[in-house]
Amino acid sequence: MSTITEEKTGAMHSVRSFLRAREIPVAGALVALVIITTIINPRFLSPQSLKDLMLNATIVIILAVGQALVIITRNVDLSVGSILGLVAFGTGTLFDVFAGIPIPLVFLAGMVFGGVLGAINGLLVTAAKVPALVITLGTMYIYRGVLTSWAGSKQYFSGDNPREFGALSVDTVFGLPIITLVAIAVVIAVGFFMRAVRSGRDLYAIGSDPDAARLFGLAVSKRVLAAFVANGALVGLAGVLYTSRYNSVGALTGSGLELDVVAAVVVGGVAISGGTGTVVGAAIGAVLLSTITGALTATRVDKFWQQAIVGVLILSAIIVDRIVSVRNARKLRVSEARDV
Amino acid sequence: MSETLTASIVKSRSAIGKRLIGHDAVIIYVLIAVVIVSCLTVRYFASTLTVGFLLIQVIPILLLALPMALVIISGEIDLSVASIAGLTSAVMGVLWRDSGWDIVTVMVASVFVGVVCGAFNGFLITTLGLPSLAVTIGTLALFRGLALVVIGDQKVANFPKELNIFVLSKIGATGIPVVMIFVILIIAFFAILLHFTPFGRGLYALGYSTEAASFVGIRVGHAKFWLFIATGTVAGLVGVFLTLRLASAGPDNGTGMELSVIAAVLLGGVSIFGGKGSIPGVIGGVLLIGVLTYSLRLAKVPETALIIVTGSLLVISVVAPSVTAWAKERIRLSRVHKVVQGSSTLGSTHA
Repeated sequence: MSTITEEKTGAMHSVRSFLRAREIPVAGALVALVIITTIINPRFLSPQSLKDLMLNATIVIILAVGQALVIITRNVDLSVGSILGLVAFGTGTLFDVFAGIPIPLVFLAGMVFGGVLGAINGLLVTAAKVPALVITLGTMYIYRGVLTSWAGSKQYFSGDNPREFGALSVDTVFGLPIITLVAIAVVIAVGFFMRAVRSGRDLYAIGSDPDAARLFGLAVSKRVLAAFVANGALVGLAGVLYTSRYNSVGALTGSGLELDVVAAVVVGGVAISGGTGTVVGAAIGAVLLSTITGALTATRVDKFWQQAIVGVLILSAIIVDRIVSVRNARKLRVSEARDV
Repeated sequence: MSETLTASIVKSRSAIGKRLIGHDAVIIYVLIAVVIVSCLTVRYFASTLTVGFLLIQVIPILLLALPMALVIISGEIDLSVASIAGLTSAVMGVLWRDSGWDIVTVMVASVFVGVVCGAFNGFLITTLGLPSLAVTIGTLALFRGLALVVIGDQKVANFPKELNIFVLSKIGATGIPVVMIFVILIIAFFAILLHFTPFGRGLYALGYSTEAASFVGIRVGHAKFWLFIATGTVAGLVGVFLTLRLASAGPDNGTGMELSVIAAVLLGGVSIFGGKGSIPGVIGGVLLIGVLTYSLRLAKVPETALIIVTGSLLVISVVAPSVTAWAKERIRLSRVHKVVQGSSTLGSTHA
């Protein structure tokens, strides 16, 4: 996946600005991780293990792309784990109640459901003008409560779903699992939107200075609301794919996922204070974090180290980010001083 | 012009009147109402057993909420508190099992781990100037990860029985846990620190504007660093308390507690933007969630409804002030409008 980005940015920009891109440190870390692990355990890159790595990364990639949209506008959505759980359980219910329902319709329903839940977050954030951190912390509890009272102790197992639906995460096209292809398509589409489409650029402007964006005449509330809806819809998509990929969905599905997703986005070079970073970076961050798990198993490192390493990664991502921005600020100051 | 007019309108309200309708006061009224309604309608609620169970349940969140309130008032946040408590618990377990030290030394050393964790957060946030939200998401994973590294997936449970009994013991027939004496001391410490010392007053200034605060001579970095030490230390104490209460040290003690703590603090009227909040309000918020959860549980309301209640309380508590502020602003504007119109017609008749 990183090769796609490299070709794309490489074609558009000179080599120098390419090397300065925010994604490079993360992508480098990912490549280094894969190389070192493969040297220690050559079976790490066997087709089966590669497929597992991709399948494990798929859901987090989509979630990270959605979360990046929201974080770039200087907001955050902590309710994604609960939304994913609701949609995943809803998907199971759909197959249970309407046997033979067309699969595209299920995807549509999941994305609409997620979008509506995202819209509730977005409306509360933009209308009440309360920080997203607080609102989505509240809706995280509320959505989870709704899910647990809806699901109770009921669980849907992969056997309850149609076979073609489960096949989405088993069958491969050109060696890539179908649901991973979906994730890649999402990254490309949203990445293009954020880079080249006006309303995508607006999100960056809003994130770097909401007041200035408002003065400039941008529809700040509308764009922020749209970011939350888009994130909700992507979480909905991830929820449907989750049901296809994993064995069972129930009341606890997706709980605790929110911090993993935020971590992936931050590791991917999207600043938590908004305005910078790309969805491609966020996606690479997600791949990096999910690959570490596999790499630790492959190199027989004590599995207890995994979470500590994730923590170190997040901290180093923030520190690298800080160093880069301090250096840029100094460079700007020098060049401006010269102009005067 | 309009400013003097507004001032004359606002002046009529006294400071005491303001305090009686402030956010803290409202939370405390709601708390009292919930307690009264529970006593009247929920069976077995009005008993000393309730007091004991409820307080033992609430102590970890109550303790963590105190330094958290100070941190949020100063405009920062600490998501790593529950992980620090977990790491402390894990270290305590391993030290007790392997070091051969007596339990008091083990406990002191464990709390010290919390202090070091807090200092690490403080160093990253104040010295390197990194955003606290991002840093503490990182240390949330790091400290919990270190807890796993230290103790693995084992449990240590052979702590001295007397300590567990002591933690669960009550003061006479009141049902109040003995530990509450220490908790009240810590509450008093933070209340005095925040409300009656220059340091505490400075935190409000910090929360409003770091720049303005540093201009009036507040040592911003210094103050924030000590706040993170305070959260670390209290988290360490909570880790020790949890270990003794559960009579078990494991890597997952206190998991997920950070969000409950923050929810309680915000419900207690601390503004997430910083610069606003009080210790009585925070205690009201913690107890409100605690009492509500406990009485609903006694009334056999399913556990799931409880999460919805917590979430809704949080959303309402933050949305309500901004709705009332909006309504007040409308009323104020229409009043000003009337007064301005009145004075302008007065002026025209004079001329």
